[in-house]
Amino acid sequence: MTGVGQDVWNLVADVLAGACLLLGAFLAFSAGVGVLRFGHLLARMHAVTKPQVLGLILLLLGVALRVRSWSAVAMLALVVAFQLLTSPVAAHMVGRAGFRTGKVRPEDLEVDDLTDERAG
Amino acid sequence: MSPSTRRAPWRQWPAVLVLAAIWVLLWGSLSWGTALLGLAVAVAVVWFLPLPRVATSWTIRPWGLCVLVGRFGADLVVASFQVAWLALRPGPGPRGGVVGVRLTHPGTTHQVVTAELASLVPGSVVVELRPHDRTVYLHVLDLALAGGTDGVRRDIRALEARVLRAFPPKKES
Amino acid sequence: MGVVAIVAAALLAVGAALAVVRVERGPSMLDRTIAFDVLTTILVGAIALEAAWSRRTESIPILVVLSLVGFVGSVVIARFAAVEPEGADAPGADGIPPVSPGEERAALGAERVGEERGGGE
Repeated sequence: MTGVGQDVWNLVADVLAGACLLLGAFLAFSAGVGVLRFGHLLARMHAVTKPQVLGLILLLLGVALRVRSWSAVAMLALVVAFQLLTSPVAAHMVGRAGFRTGKVRPEDLEVDDLTDERAG
Repeated sequence: MSPSTRRAPWRQWPAVLVLAAIWVLLWGSLSWGTALLGLAVAVAVVWFLPLPRVATSWTIRPWGLCVLVGRFGADLVVASFQVAWLALRPGPGPRGGVVGVRLTHPGTTHQVVTAELASLVPGSVVVELRPHDRTVYLHVLDLALAGGTDGVRRDIRALEARVLRAFPPKKES
Repeated sequence: MGVVAIVAAALLAVGAALAVVRVERGPSMLDRTIAFDVLTTILVGAIALEAAWSRRTESIPILVVLSLVGFVGSVVIARFAAVEPEGADAPGADGIPPVSPGEERAALGAERVGEERGGGE
């Protein structure tokens, strides 16, 4: 590969990295907005999963495109894998604990199969 | 767990390999030293921290797995920006609800994978999973956006069908 | 790259500030946990942004640690601290799952939900 071609690829990678970083940061920002604005516990939980999954993937993709070293990419992939495995577990435990300790008021839910099923 | 239920480390070679790979990735460089030490640590982990045997067995179909992963990625991107918009748009917050979906397959492994993937996609979080009556209870952030309770049930059953196609269960056991 | 980094950093900073407001407001322990999760994620994002901007890799191990610490933190809080008033004798509160997890704990949860709805607010 010639020097000029290398430069073009570096530029492309940098631009892609910038786009990834911006989108990831936007998702993290909207998570902050969501966690503040949504009215009750379960709705706020949705705000958390969003930056944790796609936002993190985008931000780390941005890092990988900028750093371009295999050992760093491997470690970033590991971060994403841990996050994908752990974040649903954490979300599920928080949601279940909230539901069982009555943090969710019935008027916050349009449909509630779980309470209906327990009641009847 | 009593020591008699322990399985020999070499019979759990996939777990050992995965743990060793994580060790190597954490060190960030592949050399004989890290690989051998990683294998030693992995064997020690498998030996001293035994896990119960997973009851159901399954196989992997590459094409089904591709469909599952591809569709999951698309859902992830679409749902992420939908939730971002719901957070940012002016006016009152979305109306959500808890929807119970009865899954078709009795195997707990497939139920867990389905629930995990449903949780990872923004806009739906698993609140309860009852293996004995195969019901998963999801909280959906915006029911109207998801197409009402029927839409949610349809989506989750389709997700389960994709999981079953990616990891078809073996006939017996 | 400079403009991108500044805009992204600003987005992250505002998101973190909003999450801190939610941590302060609560109202429950779980709401704070969730907001703190967002904060941890944004912190991971900020460190990632710095690494991307400076093209240095030293801070990447911090990301591995943070992503795991955040998980352990929220699970521990969901398991122990979330059972606030009368949960001291609840099955599972001591970390040992009850004999039949589905039935027993579901019944307990429903009971507690009923109590809170009857008495509270």
